[in-house]
Amino acid sequence: MTYLAKPKIHHPSLPRNALGYTRRDYEGAISTLCAGCGHDSISGAIIQAFFEMDIEPHRVAKLSGIGCSSKTPTYFLGNSHGFNSVHGRMPSVLSGAACANRDLIYLGVSGDGDSASIGIGQFAHVMRRGVNMVYIVENNGVYGLTKGQFSATADKGSKSKRGAVNSDEPIDLAMLALNLGATFVARGFSGDKAQLVPLIKAAVAHHGAAFIDVVSPCVAFNNHAGSTKSYDYVREHNEAVNFLDFISPRDEITTEYAPGEVRTVVLHDGGAIRLRKVDDGYDPADRVSAMSFMESRRAAGEVVTGLLYLHEDTADMHDALDTVDAPLNTLSDVDLVPGDAALAELNASLR
Amino acid sequence: MDVTPRYNDFVVKFANVNGSGSASANGLFARAILRMGVPVAARNIFPSNIQGLPTWYEVRVVEDGWRGRRGGVDLVVAMNPQTWDKDIAELDSGGYLFYDSTRPLPPSRFRDDVTTLGIPLTAICNAEYTDARQRQLFKNIIYLGALSALLDIDPAEIEKLFGEQYKGKETLLESNRKAFRMGRDYALAHFACPLPIRVRRSNAVGERIFIDGNSAAALGAVYGGATVCAWYPITPSSSLAEAFQQYCRKYRTEPATKKKRYAILQAEDELASIGMVIGAAWNGARAFTTTSGPGVSLMQEFLGLAYFAEVPVVLFNVQRGSPSTGMPTRTQQADLLSCAYASHGDTKHVMLFPEDPTESFAMGAQAFDLADRLQTPVFVMLDLDIGMQDWLTAPFAWDDAHRMDRGKVMTSAELEAGRDFGRYLDVDGDGIPFRTYPGTHPTKGSFFTRGTSKDRYARYTEEGPAYVDNMQRLLRKFETAKARVPAPVITKAVKPTKSAVVWFGSTSAAMAESLAALELDGIHLDQMRIRAFPFADAVAEFIGAHERVFVVEQNRDAQMKSLLVNECGIDPSKLISVLHYDGTPVTARFITREIAEKARLFNVMPLRRSGVG
Repeated sequence: MTYLAKPKIHHPSLPRNALGYTRRDYEGAISTLCAGCGHDSISGAIIQAFFEMDIEPHRVAKLSGIGCSSKTPTYFLGNSHGFNSVHGRMPSVLSGAACANRDLIYLGVSGDGDSASIGIGQFAHVMRRGVNMVYIVENNGVYGLTKGQFSATADKGSKSKRGAVNSDEPIDLAMLALNLGATFVARGFSGDKAQLVPLIKAAVAHHGAAFIDVVSPCVAFNNHAGSTKSYDYVREHNEAVNFLDFISPRDEITTEYAPGEVRTVVLHDGGAIRLRKVDDGYDPADRVSAMSFMESRRAAGEVVTGLLYLHEDTADMHDALDTVDAPLNTLSDVDLVPGDAALAELNASLR
Repeated sequence: MDVTPRYNDFVVKFANVNGSGSASANGLFARAILRMGVPVAARNIFPSNIQGLPTWYEVRVVEDGWRGRRGGVDLVVAMNPQTWDKDIAELDSGGYLFYDSTRPLPPSRFRDDVTTLGIPLTAICNAEYTDARQRQLFKNIIYLGALSALLDIDPAEIEKLFGEQYKGKETLLESNRKAFRMGRDYALAHFACPLPIRVRRSNAVGERIFIDGNSAAALGAVYGGATVCAWYPITPSSSLAEAFQQYCRKYRTEPATKKKRYAILQAEDELASIGMVIGAAWNGARAFTTTSGPGVSLMQEFLGLAYFAEVPVVLFNVQRGSPSTGMPTRTQQADLLSCAYASHGDTKHVMLFPEDPTESFAMGAQAFDLADRLQTPVFVMLDLDIGMQDWLTAPFAWDDAHRMDRGKVMTSAELEAGRDFGRYLDVDGDGIPFRTYPGTHPTKGSFFTRGTSKDRYARYTEEGPAYVDNMQRLLRKFETAKARVPAPVITKAVKPTKSAVVWFGSTSAAMAESLAALELDGIHLDQMRIRAFPFADAVAEFIGAHERVFVVEQNRDAQMKSLLVNECGIDPSKLISVLHYDGTPVTARFITREIAEKARLFNVMPLRRSGVG
């Protein structure tokens, strides 16, 4: 249960990051999800990413909606403030929180029911708004907590555990995010941490709305034959378009690649992403060709993973709002209250 | 016909077509009279429409300073053929009909008992102007000129207002002056000016200002330190968010960088707007939304979360005609129950009831202190009548020594010093726990906010005793709120009485006048104006000290009465409802008639009155 504390004893030789923290300092309570749940692997990838990026856990705000995925923020970054809000409405709570303090890192965690069904409206608008955040959907195509109903990302023709066949068209959240103005769009697979950790790191470093759709099989209700979100199915149909290295601003770039094979994208904070292309026809800087590629692979039954789209040098919500540099929640009476003299002047203009 | 002059006591009603540019001229009319030191009570009566439908502007010129509608009309400016018959019918006998006489109308369209004042406005405009829009707009200014002569309004005041309005725009200034003089000269040449109803310079306005409640509440939010506003457009609350934006531009621009010390998000719907406010408030910014009844309905789930997660949000509800889509441009006080107990489960919320723009400002600011102190949603309950009408109201005042009360927020230093932090721990016995802002301390003070159950240290639990413990603490907190919210205003009748009257919000405008009339009639009532929910102890004590209490409210179901019965355990039979809910603001005449009638039934009137007749 989540109220069970993890033992505090550390192995003395646990590696420490630049802040002197061990990986354990990025963990949360023990997961209450089913054994083998893809979501726990994603939590592990989040822990790994923040540990490796030397981010102070308390400078992260983690927000979620309702559902199995939305429970997971309890299981990572135990020293961060968390907010388990209402079903499908995390994006608005996150937007407001981001308004209040532009200096924190905002991590939104949601599921396919939370984001593609009840919350599709807020999902759409938070992308349009360009909130500086990492938005992760732990996508299993099924409602786990209510025991196995199809969600809106379930593929047409996919079979439920009870044998029902889904007749509705699926919503591709990555495609939607791309369409709605997200400036970082990626897809990962909970079973491929080597790909997922750098994707999360790059998303954190990105300035703007970063979305990662992570296919995450539900071992209890959506891991059977006939499901298109099972471990086996995704492993067989996963087509990675690129591999990614995230290089933090202070890292020396040492790895050598053959010319033409690697593309380096410099990020807002001075860090960089090194993309090793797998598919020659894919250009993650070109939104139109990205969409066309994704759609054609989807039609062929492939699950395209990797960094699908990246547009750096973009204005986020605060840039658009033109807010002051200091977080709004630090402004004092002197900054905010015009005072009685201003009021007297205003009164005079109203007579 | 009575030709004895009647000074500073009459009602003028402008009947216009929406979008014809009349609002500006009508506003000048009211302001010019105010500049002469004579109070007015002015109201727009408008449909849910942008262009083409009928709209009215009613100006009650009233030396006594009553702020409600009087009922009846002395002079109608009939500029809308669609509503001609209805507008004429509304005139009091002996009144005046001012109209555009360009096209002759058959005698059957007039009344024998009113004086007609025809001016060929269209003909004058067509002769003077070639541009269609100018022909339309200057018609309004021409009638303003004519009215100034007819009602003896000092033309210098109107010219001064032109000067202020068109400062630096000489061409516009001159053309308005010219149109104004055309109308004025026409009236002076063709009618016996002034009419018996007329304005006489007075000194009854004093320091008061003329402003709408939405602007006032928005200014209150600025002074209250709000930095985040998230909203979704809905009549009649939209102008509150827009006014906040305007005031922020003026008062909240960082001088050096020209950057903004505020963030305004126009959300995709009301669910998102309240969600944003909750997120911002959770993260330590003062945040609010502004909406009306349908928006509150949409926000229900989130409001329960804010109550249970104890997030200090402020919600301005500018009430309109409900239920459903209702009458968006009409006024009501019908969201009391839906706000008091908003959301599923056991919830109770704080509500403030400003009576006019002055209080909308004060409570608009105070709401943020209360929300932070009590860590709970606070509803500021305006209505369309306060929110969208210009009121003559006491000037705004601010104590420069006031500092924002951010409530119980544990700091990094306190955490570092080892102070025990439990997000839902009642350390002071007032039911209010400490909170921390996200990002405060590397290893201490973080917590997980949930709508579901938790223990005193914000750890997840579904244990019954922990749940009950938390719910009981929330009740204690609500008790604490009683002493912190604005107290009721209690006034004794001039003579001892066992009867009383209770009201709240915009009803004040009509109530004051009604009480004076009732007193003349020998009906003496002790008075209590409720200013907040939960009710201070004084509310129940006041009602307990009287045998019967009239409760005046602008809804069908006596919602305030329900709250009083429910929260104070009052015997319903001693509360006598006076209910007005047709969408128009309640009038003094209505309240007086209702109370006088019911008072007779309950024998409130002194016996000697029945002898006098």
